[in-house]
Amino acid sequence: MESVSEVETAADKLACEAGLDEDERFHVTMALREAAVNAVLHGNEYDPSKQIALCFENTGDALVFTVADQGKGLDPETLPDPLAPENLLRGTGRGIFLIRSFMDEVNFRQLHPGTELTMIKHLSPARDKT
Amino acid sequence: MALTIASREVDGITVLDLSGRITLGEGSVQLRDAIRDLISKGQKGILLNLGDVNYIDSSGLGELVSAYTTAKNQSAALKLLKLTKKVHDLLQLTKLYTVFDIYDDEASAIASFK
Repeated sequence: MESVSEVETAADKLACEAGLDEDERFHVTMALREAAVNAVLHGNEYDPSKQIALCFENTGDALVFTVADQGKGLDPETLPDPLAPENLLRGTGRGIFLIRSFMDEVNFRQLHPGTELTMIKHLSPARDKT
Repeated sequence: MALTIASREVDGITVLDLSGRITLGEGSVQLRDAIRDLISKGQKGILLNLGDVNYIDSSGLGELVSAYTTAKNQSAALKLLKLTKKVHDLLQLTKLYTVFDIYDDEASAIASFK
């Protein structure tokens, strides 16, 4: 889990340098935390022989974060809706929902093996001027 | 900042004052153990004071839900007190605001158990 904290810290640094406000930084770091936890826990299933690949980039228009694991793969369409009444009392299943809520674009790509998750936060023109 | 939990009794209700983060590896297990300990001792009223909890991830949200259902299954009640804005917003986003009894004022929260 130490690596997850490092991911959070690095994401916050990039978000801070890009001029995101506190709420947006919170959203970005939580999305990255959830993505990293999913990659370590559900993707690689804590297998120390498997690695997580990370790529963080400020393109000028957006912050682009990519997290890839070496697990069995994930079909996001099969995930239960955590807001459905029958799922509200489940103890798990909210991570990807939070990522989708907090980022502007979220894309999954199957790597065979593994899953690559790309998360994009758009930067507003007004923010670039400040 | 890891989670710290302080326990006190008010009119027969156990108030757990939580401070720090409730996340995977940084508080989820501590919270689970604290709730299970109280339930195993027969406590029927538990109030979680989240006023100093500044961060909860999906694992922490799941732990709050598990605490709620664990209590309910043992005919106990678990309620929440003093949400920070971030935690409040997360509970609204995930519709968990509709699951929990939530209070801003401790006296009102304690009275609600009667």
